[in-house]
Amino acid sequence: MTDSNYFAVFSLPRKLVLDTAALEKTYYAQSRKLHPDRFAATSVAEQEAALAEASRLNDAYRTLKEPIARTEYLLTLEGVQLEEQSKRATDAARASGAEKKQITPPDLLEEVFELNMQLEEMRMNRKMGEDDPQLAKDLASAKANFEGMLAATQTELEALWAKWDAGVDADDTTAKDSAKEKMVALLNKRSYVRNLVRDVNEVLEQE
Amino acid sequence: MAERIVGIDLGTTNSLVGFMQGAEPVIIPGEDGVNLVPSVVAVTPQGISIGNAARATLLASPADAVYSAKRLMGRDLTDVQDELKFFPFQLADDLKPGEVLRLKLGGREFTPPEISALVLQQLKKNAERFFGGPVTKAVVTVPAYFNDAQRQATKDAGRIAGLEIVRLVNEPTAAALAYGLNKKRDGLIAVYDFGGGTFDISILKLHEGIFEVIATNGDTHLGGDDIDNLLIAIALDDIAGDMQVDLRGNGEVLQALRKNVIEAKIALSANETAQLDVRLPDGRKYLREITRAQFEQLAAPVIARTAAPCRQALKDSQLAPEQIDEVVLVGGSTRIPAVRALVDEIFSLSARGRKPHTELNPDEVVALGAAVQADILAGGSAATEELLLLDITPLSLGIEALGGVVAKIIPRNSTIPASATEHFTTGVDGQTNVAIHVVQGERELASDCRSLARFDLKNIPPMTAGIPRIEVKFLIDANGILHVSAREQRSGQVAEIEVKPTYGLTDEQVETMILASFDYAEQDLANRQVIEARNEAETIIAAVEKGAAHPAWQQLTPEEFDQIADAREHLDEVKKGTDYKAIRAAIDALDRATRRFAELMMDSAVSSAIKGQTMQAAGDGLGVAPTAPHAFAPAEFEKEEKK
Repeated sequence: MTDSNYFAVFSLPRKLVLDTAALEKTYYAQSRKLHPDRFAATSVAEQEAALAEASRLNDAYRTLKEPIARTEYLLTLEGVQLEEQSKRATDAARASGAEKKQITPPDLLEEVFELNMQLEEMRMNRKMGEDDPQLAKDLASAKANFEGMLAATQTELEALWAKWDAGVDADDTTAKDSAKEKMVALLNKRSYVRNLVRDVNEVLEQE
Repeated sequence: MAERIVGIDLGTTNSLVGFMQGAEPVIIPGEDGVNLVPSVVAVTPQGISIGNAARATLLASPADAVYSAKRLMGRDLTDVQDELKFFPFQLADDLKPGEVLRLKLGGREFTPPEISALVLQQLKKNAERFFGGPVTKAVVTVPAYFNDAQRQATKDAGRIAGLEIVRLVNEPTAAALAYGLNKKRDGLIAVYDFGGGTFDISILKLHEGIFEVIATNGDTHLGGDDIDNLLIAIALDDIAGDMQVDLRGNGEVLQALRKNVIEAKIALSANETAQLDVRLPDGRKYLREITRAQFEQLAAPVIARTAAPCRQALKDSQLAPEQIDEVVLVGGSTRIPAVRALVDEIFSLSARGRKPHTELNPDEVVALGAAVQADILAGGSAATEELLLLDITPLSLGIEALGGVVAKIIPRNSTIPASATEHFTTGVDGQTNVAIHVVQGERELASDCRSLARFDLKNIPPMTAGIPRIEVKFLIDANGILHVSAREQRSGQVAEIEVKPTYGLTDEQVETMILASFDYAEQDLANRQVIEARNEAETIIAAVEKGAAHPAWQQLTPEEFDQIADAREHLDEVKKGTDYKAIRAAIDALDRATRRFAELMMDSAVSSAIKGQTMQAAGDGLGVAPTAPHAFAPAEFEKEEKK
């Protein structure tokens, strides 16, 4: 069991559209069988085996029930090294002494440029003790805009899941690869936008 | 018959032990008939006393007693600086940061797990007395927000006490179990647990007997104690200002004040005003009236600190306050009306026509829940066979990456047991060691998180840099405690791990403490037998004195008077010594000498004609209760257990 992937733990195909209510039901049923509480009176070896299986079950459920974690996990299984990419970027940034930079998604260039200007101005104002209500307003609306984008990524992601699943059903490698690439780009954009929202929040919260 | 496992609430202020009686969890009282055992330990030349017996010492000679030691579990010198301002903990002088704390008490030194072990031992004895047989296994509760080191310290305390802790259960989860036992209702519940020293909030989803914790948050250093400390600080200021005497360092006044302040705090939950009334060492009295409004204003900042964890837990569980079906209140501090008002506001309860659950005694509910979990583990009853607790880890587990940043590997609120597998490699050709630093917490930098342990992966086969692939498995078990194992994948060799826990006792240290506690126990037992015998001697002497006023006394012969006087004098003399057998013999002699008097007294009673009573029984009739000291339940220290 330890060699099987999280989808296999739940006897599921490697597909992304998932009935989470059914997943929960299976999870509860499996937990009743595998939880360490059920093995309190057994031998140490049996307890250890149950512990390994129960933690595997929990890890699988935790990953599959969350849309983003599920997508990332599937991409990892498919050979995309999402984490590695980010780690490499971190290491490179450290080595060069520069701030870690993510590549700005091309369709966001203009908005991000303006946002960074506004954030810089806001920080300067803070330092000088000046107040610019219009700027604060602009930042708040920029934040709302980016939050809207975050919400939209969910819908976009679901569309890509369907494409991936269809590719799996038809055993169509080209369709799968295309969906995979788009998902990687979308997840990168999402994490980029999330960082932007975090930056804006940081500046706004200092008030 | 299933195995006997008890449930223990090892609290900051009070501790309790419970078990499942049929389909209902019940609390086992101490020999004094009281359910709560104060988590107080006193060490005097007469021996170690625990619970109510230790409280007397706490007031008379505060330096010989310790309370709220739970605040020190799994912590080091640098962690407890704030506590030291308000708690009269006497730390050993030679402590260094990073070491397990040692407290000076009655000329000895004790680590916090040893103090907790003494409290556990008392509960164990109470349970053994109740069952009339040995108790060796327990479920023990801990604050949900306890970190790995604090949990480990609690497990160590169990081992020192000779009690196998089969499971650590989070306190709010235990409370939910106690409440949920008979209500087979599904829904979302929040448990707000505000005790003496810790605050927890947990949000659970109940589904057909499964108690799934979704999110938890809290503060392991926030409780009723903090409110007491504020009141004490104000009183001391008052005294310094108005009465021109600074009593900050005076342990006895501080204890008297603490007792006073706690009583006032409790009174203010029911009344509008309360009095502080403390006698100062110079004979003057400090008097002050506190109104509930003043109290609430003062306590507001402490109480308000519980709000942020509640909101975070709601956010983590992606729930709006209105989605919470039930709120359960746990812990003594939830009796404060201002606390209830805040809970009402956070979860908009009265706005929805709802009330929080307070049906079960907030002091007992956690122990009751522990008893339920104990029954689940024992697997022996129909009442709990459908129940299953799925608890979570309160803090994210991470490893220190390049530049001191934390790479999270198991996020907070993950259902336990949970695991994560990480791969490490070498950075230099031929490198045979890799150091890993494991931390717990939510902050970005490792230095801002709680250091759990440093691992050295050793004996890695020498290879070109970057070639070894060492797989390290991190596993958080169902107790919330971390386990680590490692394997070098290219060579298939199991890498050797040397674990250096950042805080905590080593196995060897725990072993010596187990032995030490047995050594002390013998000495303590002897001391206690003397004290018990003396108390009994005083009781019987008092009864004889009181008896002289009884008409039946005049019916005794001169010989009998002499015998009684001799026996009494002898007992008076012997009880000054430390030979408890001699004291016992003298008690028996006086008892025999007064037997006929007891009979006469009984005969003279109108409705009672029971013969053969002894002086002690007669004492009952006279209103002099032969009170047995309850410092310990009768103890048996089984030598065989000594390994």
